[in-house]
Amino acid sequence: MGAMEKPFNWAELVRPEHVHGSVYTDPAIFQADLEKIWYRTWVYVGHESEVPKPDDFVMKSIGPQPIIMTRDRDGKIQLLQNRCTHRGNQICQAHKGSASTFTCPYHGWNFGSDGELRGLPFSSGYEGVDRSKLALGRVARIASYKGFVFGSFASEGPTLEDHLGAAHVAIDKLVETSPEGEVEITAGFLQHKVKANWKLLVENETDGYHPQFVHASIFKVAESGIGSLYGPNSTALSRYFGNGHTEFDLRPEFRQRGQLLGWFGTTPEKYPEYVARMRAAYGDDKANAIMIDGTPHTMIFPNLFIAEIQMFVLQATAVDETVQHVTALQFKGAPELNRRMRQQTMGSVGSAGFLLADDGEMYERTQRGLQSRNPEWVYIGRGKHRERRDEQGLLISDVTDEVPSRGMWEHYRSMMEAK
Amino acid sequence: MDRMALEDDVLLREVTRFIYREARLQDDHEYDAWEALWADDGVYLIPANGEGGDPEQEMSLVYDNRSRIALRIRQLHTGKRHTQAPRSRLCRIVSNIELLECEGDTIRVTANAVVYESNARGETVWPSRNEYLLRRVGGELRMSLKKVVLINNDKPLYTLSFLI
Repeated sequence: MGAMEKPFNWAELVRPEHVHGSVYTDPAIFQADLEKIWYRTWVYVGHESEVPKPDDFVMKSIGPQPIIMTRDRDGKIQLLQNRCTHRGNQICQAHKGSASTFTCPYHGWNFGSDGELRGLPFSSGYEGVDRSKLALGRVARIASYKGFVFGSFASEGPTLEDHLGAAHVAIDKLVETSPEGEVEITAGFLQHKVKANWKLLVENETDGYHPQFVHASIFKVAESGIGSLYGPNSTALSRYFGNGHTEFDLRPEFRQRGQLLGWFGTTPEKYPEYVARMRAAYGDDKANAIMIDGTPHTMIFPNLFIAEIQMFVLQATAVDETVQHVTALQFKGAPELNRRMRQQTMGSVGSAGFLLADDGEMYERTQRGLQSRNPEWVYIGRGKHRERRDEQGLLISDVTDEVPSRGMWEHYRSMMEAK
Repeated sequence: MDRMALEDDVLLREVTRFIYREARLQDDHEYDAWEALWADDGVYLIPANGEGGDPEQEMSLVYDNRSRIALRIRQLHTGKRHTQAPRSRLCRIVSNIELLECEGDTIRVTANAVVYESNARGETVWPSRNEYLLRRVGGELRMSLKKVVLINNDKPLYTLSFLI
């Protein structure tokens, strides 16, 4: 523990049904969030399909730190720090590309796509120096689950599979929307910045209480069927998976409706090729079940939000600033579906989105509201009296209830208390 | 139209008047009058990540066809588009208007713009290089394309919910 670090009483700040406003607004708590969460646990970084060929790279991040995700010459994914091991200069300025080496423009040090130091100009000045100790900094652990690449700065800790726990089903279900069982991230990202603490965004992703209010304008004019999923009579559920991961389970609603592709607001007649490919891949019964159930709405703590047709990657950059990197999900072998995914995503999200511009407004107003000192607490007790366990023993409740927030905060507290 | 048309100061003045009027309607949140400036096949495009690649393939901040432009306007009219309630206060300067091409009845025009936005979050400056395709419909100029290339669109951007 650093000498500057204030001791926080986390059990006092984060109670079962109340959270202290300072956890969103105190810069010292943000620094603690970085150390105890962002620079420790598994953080989603990127997708394997973003670096399809050896030497491809793409600029990603873990919290405020840029991370270069590369595929090295051997085809292995690397997560490298954008910092020359000589004097700290950033070695890569591009958002993405292909490069067998990265040359630092300051003194010409040269690194391979695997991070190893390859070239030292005027090398007689480094006689006897062990080059292998001057490789680019690497994220200590990398693991991939069905193409989704996560990094952890902690050299030891739970495996990615342990971390995902029950929430791995979200990724399993997601990839099954493709007749080839693969997601591709190929449509480019929108970067939507808000002046709000990252935890407000995490909570909102599975807050089923807000849509009918925050999104009333677009539900009304688009005559969207989404609003009723988040009403008091909805059969959809909220769920806490453990380890901070949360979801809405919309399947009860979609199963009642029983419409193939109803979750996507369309019909099988409009996508005959996709339907045929799904049936050929999974058999009629399973394909029909997949096409009725739809894709997940799952927040994988702390930063990957799978939102049915799109994916958000949250980046905490300051106590009151968060960037949402968002792109349309693209399913291998489903080009017709993918076009609609992109069109709907562009309409919904990003800085100008019909939905997310209003969420962004709520994040920023809440961040400002939390500066007021009375009351000191945020109240997250909705639905406490009716929460229950599903057949797996996971905590569930009505979709508008605050089970996801309570679960997320319990996990947050345990991470902040950990040594 | 041809090269003569490009050098035609009368046409340049007409186009300039059109673009100034569009700017004023946007600054004043005159949504319906602004919507009336669109041709039936209008496309409103705000690319992300530089010039933007093919908007059919890559994410744009806005890629509205005519019906989606109408939806955007209807949403603003509900009074429940929270990010515009209250409305942003806006002041934009449009300059460097040039006629680049005339083909058939379509004129390609470029202009630079800087919008100053004030809202509850603070003040935000939105600089852009704009491109228009204008066509005469019933004697009046109408937009069949407005492309707004924000010069900082490769970086994270705040919410952009007013008409730019």
